[in-house]
Amino acid sequence: MIVERQILNQKDIQITIERLCYELIEHHGNFKSTVIVGVQPRGKFLSDRIIVKLKQLLNTTNLESGSLDISFYRDDLRRREEPIVPEIMDMNLSLEGKNVILIDDVLFTGRSIRSAIDALMAFGRPKSVELLALIDRRFSRDLPIQPNYVGRTVDAIDSDRVLVEWKEENGKDRVLMVKSES
Amino acid sequence: MSNLSVDHLLGIKYLKKSDIDLIFKTTDNFKKIINQPIKKVPSLRDITIANLFFENSTRTKLSFELAEKRLSADVINFASASSSVAKGETLLDTVNNILAMKVDIVVMRHPNPGASVFLSRNIDAKIVNAGDGTHEHPTQALLDAYSIIEKYGEVAGKKIVIVGDILHSRVALSNIYCLQKLGAEVKVCGPSSLIPKHLSALGVTHFSDLKEALNWCDVANVLRIQLERQDVNYFPSLREYAMVYGINKEVLDGLEKEITIMHPGPINRGVELSSDVADSKHSIILNQVENGVAIRMAVLYLLAGKIKN
Repeated sequence: MIVERQILNQKDIQITIERLCYELIEHHGNFKSTVIVGVQPRGKFLSDRIIVKLKQLLNTTNLESGSLDISFYRDDLRRREEPIVPEIMDMNLSLEGKNVILIDDVLFTGRSIRSAIDALMAFGRPKSVELLALIDRRFSRDLPIQPNYVGRTVDAIDSDRVLVEWKEENGKDRVLMVKSES
Repeated sequence: MSNLSVDHLLGIKYLKKSDIDLIFKTTDNFKKIINQPIKKVPSLRDITIANLFFENSTRTKLSFELAEKRLSADVINFASASSSVAKGETLLDTVNNILAMKVDIVVMRHPNPGASVFLSRNIDAKIVNAGDGTHEHPTQALLDAYSIIEKYGEVAGKKIVIVGDILHSRVALSNIYCLQKLGAEVKVCGPSSLIPKHLSALGVTHFSDLKEALNWCDVANVLRIQLERQDVNYFPSLREYAMVYGINKEVLDGLEKEITIMHPGPINRGVELSSDVADSKHSIILNQVENGVAIRMAVLYLLAGKIKN
């Protein structure tokens, strides 16, 4: 893996998350009928940060949230060498009539989000579903899926990878553009 | 790491501990799914599964069928009583005809030990053994061990006694393999005529006295007397068996500690278990049934992941 460039550093990520939170508040007010759902595994880190920030900005401890495992809804079960090992599903809530904000770190082909929308519907019929992505690779979509809230738009060729690292897992918050060595 | 080391589920004997751990980890997630408002996932929507039951079954068949449907697989069912097997067709012919209909996974119950191994060597589909004669019943053992973990947090270090007709039981053999692989201590209890001689080779010893066995164990897995498999009399009468080896409330109350009662079903109430025990708080029989669906979903999901497009 060769690091091509750093897209966001720790400070940039912090500012971006804060800006995204203000955008969410602009649209969802006091979040009374809004649920925040992080897509497992990588979207969970971002949704956790957003929830902490929103609680601070709204001065509340009461925000409905969950984390969604999409393994069983994916469309590439038999296209991989290894089976997809499921992550933890933490959705002790009903989405019936709620406004859902789906959160993932990188929006690339749109296939994960397609699976996530499918998975969401098992928890009720939401009033609306919006998508928030830290990184939007807008020219790489396989499906007609667009985000409502974007941290940073990145234009790159398909073979490049955008890697989002989180302090909790990698010791550092940063977003990198990497190339595989082959 | 995250792949089964086997291409078929023929018996617990062929699994590694890491396989069992992977199946249990996947089961955790399926258990959540079957408790959701919508209990179905689309994972196996392009997979066709044939359930071939050459021997009677109610709960195993229903449990597999439900698991398959919850995974969105296409399911075809076959019962030998109503088929051409009755007209003299061989196992291989029957199965090859079914496979010509493009079946990806075969779930089979068969009265002959080793039937699923034979099938796996001769046909190109993933095989799940749903019980082969008196040999193995791997998904039952997996769901039993999973139910013990749910109750106690782990199997390692636990003492488990299997009570009843060990000689004719495929559940007993699969349970012994599975529980030993997970680090439990396993013993059996029953009349000597129903204890197979080879068990000592597996490191399993035998209690003749039920009270002694129950005082030793944390969990008692109680088996049915399989009268349909017994061509000679192994004990004087069912009544006498129930008196010596039947577990009732009085027996449990007389123990030095609380134990957990399991049973793979169907229960002969009043023979190996009395109703007041089967329906008591000691019993986790219905948890076993619920876990059965989740375990079978996990097994089918992981095996289907090995079928390449």
